[in-house]
Amino acid sequence: MNIFVCVKQVPDTETKIVPTADAMFIETSSIKWIMNPYDEFAVEQALLIQAAHTGSTVTVLRVGSSKDTEALRTAMAMGADEAFLVEAQDNLDSYSIAKALKAAIAKSGKNPDIILTGKQAIDDDCLQVPQILATMLDIPSVSVVVGYEGSASEATVKREVEGGALEVYGVKLPALIACNKGINTPRYASLPGIMKAKKKPLTTLSLADVGVSDADRRVKYSNFQLPPEKPPGKKFDATDSTKQAGLVKEVVGLLRTEAKVI
Amino acid sequence: MDFSFTPEQLEIRDLAMKFARNEMMTKAAQFDVLAEMPLDILQQAWSLGLVNTCIPTQFGGNGFSAIDSMIITEALAYGCMGMNTAIMANDLALLPIVIGGSDEQKKRFLTPFTESYKIAAFCLTEPGNGSDAGGLKTSIKEDGDDVVINGNKMWITNAGYADLFVLYGTIDPALKHKGITAVVIEKGTAGIEVGKKEDKMGHRCSDTRAVTFNNVRVPKNNILGGLGKGWSIAMKTLDHSRPMVAASAVGGAQCAYDHCVKYAKERVQFNVPIFNHQAIQFMVAEMAMKIEASRLLVHKAAWLLDNHQSNTQLASYAKAFAADSCMQIATDAVQIYGGYGYSKEYPVEKIMRDAKLIQVYEGTSQIQRLVIAKEIFSRS
Repeated sequence: MNIFVCVKQVPDTETKIVPTADAMFIETSSIKWIMNPYDEFAVEQALLIQAAHTGSTVTVLRVGSSKDTEALRTAMAMGADEAFLVEAQDNLDSYSIAKALKAAIAKSGKNPDIILTGKQAIDDDCLQVPQILATMLDIPSVSVVVGYEGSASEATVKREVEGGALEVYGVKLPALIACNKGINTPRYASLPGIMKAKKKPLTTLSLADVGVSDADRRVKYSNFQLPPEKPPGKKFDATDSTKQAGLVKEVVGLLRTEAKVI
Repeated sequence: MDFSFTPEQLEIRDLAMKFARNEMMTKAAQFDVLAEMPLDILQQAWSLGLVNTCIPTQFGGNGFSAIDSMIITEALAYGCMGMNTAIMANDLALLPIVIGGSDEQKKRFLTPFTESYKIAAFCLTEPGNGSDAGGLKTSIKEDGDDVVINGNKMWITNAGYADLFVLYGTIDPALKHKGITAVVIEKGTAGIEVGKKEDKMGHRCSDTRAVTFNNVRVPKNNILGGLGKGWSIAMKTLDHSRPMVAASAVGGAQCAYDHCVKYAKERVQFNVPIFNHQAIQFMVAEMAMKIEASRLLVHKAAWLLDNHQSNTQLASYAKAFAADSCMQIATDAVQIYGGYGYSKEYPVEKIMRDAKLIQVYEGTSQIQRLVIAKEIFSRS
């Protein structure tokens, strides 16, 4: 099987996010990048499928800046066979990323039997690339997948819905599966794996190579701001029992007019 | 001059830190209370290539440089100094084979450690000989094609689980250092008697015992480097292992420091988070300076090894400075946490107990100063 995994590199969860001076993106110079945690499930699932189907290859794809190729190297250290990087600025929109991924898959010269992704990236939380990519490729897609069983031609997947219930789908391959926590336990990239990964092929493509230009943008960022600081809470002194009735009225009023929660 | 790590070293560090945080730190307190070897964790660390970093590639190892080993050791000690001791003791025991063994011995003894998780124990200290290692009494007597070993060893890390013992004895105490001989003894050899597990202040999950050798007979081809060649092997082993122990002190100190920085931002006294108080700032600044200085000493001691230069003096600088700093930092960490720091509910008191041992094992902080002074005056 030709197994593809799309990964994204996201700021480490402990990063202190700061907008750039021109407020057009976040400051990336001092960020420690990690593989998007949901994508780790996708890589692991790809390796499990590969192990179950002899002769399969796992190709990992990423669109983003080439300053750090952490996510692709980690995926190859975990066991993926080769990697494609489409070099791009880190603030591309979902449509452009999906278009670049589609073209990168074509450039690999292999027809995908399955494409695995994380269900979302934890930085911008767009939850769009998997579905856009599947639509572009005209293949079925299932997201928030927590269970996978399959042959080389079809799969039964479980997806989580609100309230913890599970939906079960039968999917004909090729398909795109977007993974959620719970589908598997991602392996560590072992030290011998890290050493071996150095020798695995990593192909770098430009946005021009994959035919993506600024004209493809569906979303343009206009301003990055930190959320406003939470205003301090209000305290009411209820020690004087004669004023308590009035206080209750005041609090209820404020909950209605100011906090607008009732 | 270049202080940067290679991309591979950064990946090695990331993996080791991820393992330390996810698998070791989360269970460190539990195994501290249980005082049991965390065999599953150790086995997993081995399967990821984090154990036995000293084994060369030709015998199945990963071919790590000394700097690589320091990076791994610091990260693992960050997770739990006790678990790291169980891991590091393997290197301590295997290093004499790497340094003094023949190719045949390396293949016979080291390669099995790369095929499955096995445990090794380094047997130097005796009930009556700690710092005065040269005065050890365990006897090694020639008998035909064999040697026969008799004596008692004390504070032997990994003893209860060891597949292999690397023992130092003497062919004649009158010969002093020139009589000292290193020999490899495999598990199951008749006459090995392992004592009860010691109840220790720190590093409680690591397995420490007395081991008695009663007429233990092994073939002469288990002797490393020949009869009477053990002392120089032991000294060269310490050149490698002391920077590693120092690296573990850096890991423990870094962990205590990270807890403190976080806590100082959360804990409020006098209506402000306590990091606003100079008393706290001074302690944290002191910690940061000492950690960085310790780490640089460790890396320099390792760099000298990787560049085949004498590092005995630097190894002792690193060991003494990092161990003493770790103790100070862990003590101050408890101080910053105040009453909470003294409670087992919080992680810093364990680091304080663990730190103490780093000033004691593999040459006390005082012995390191003796080594340093000897190096200074023998060259001036």
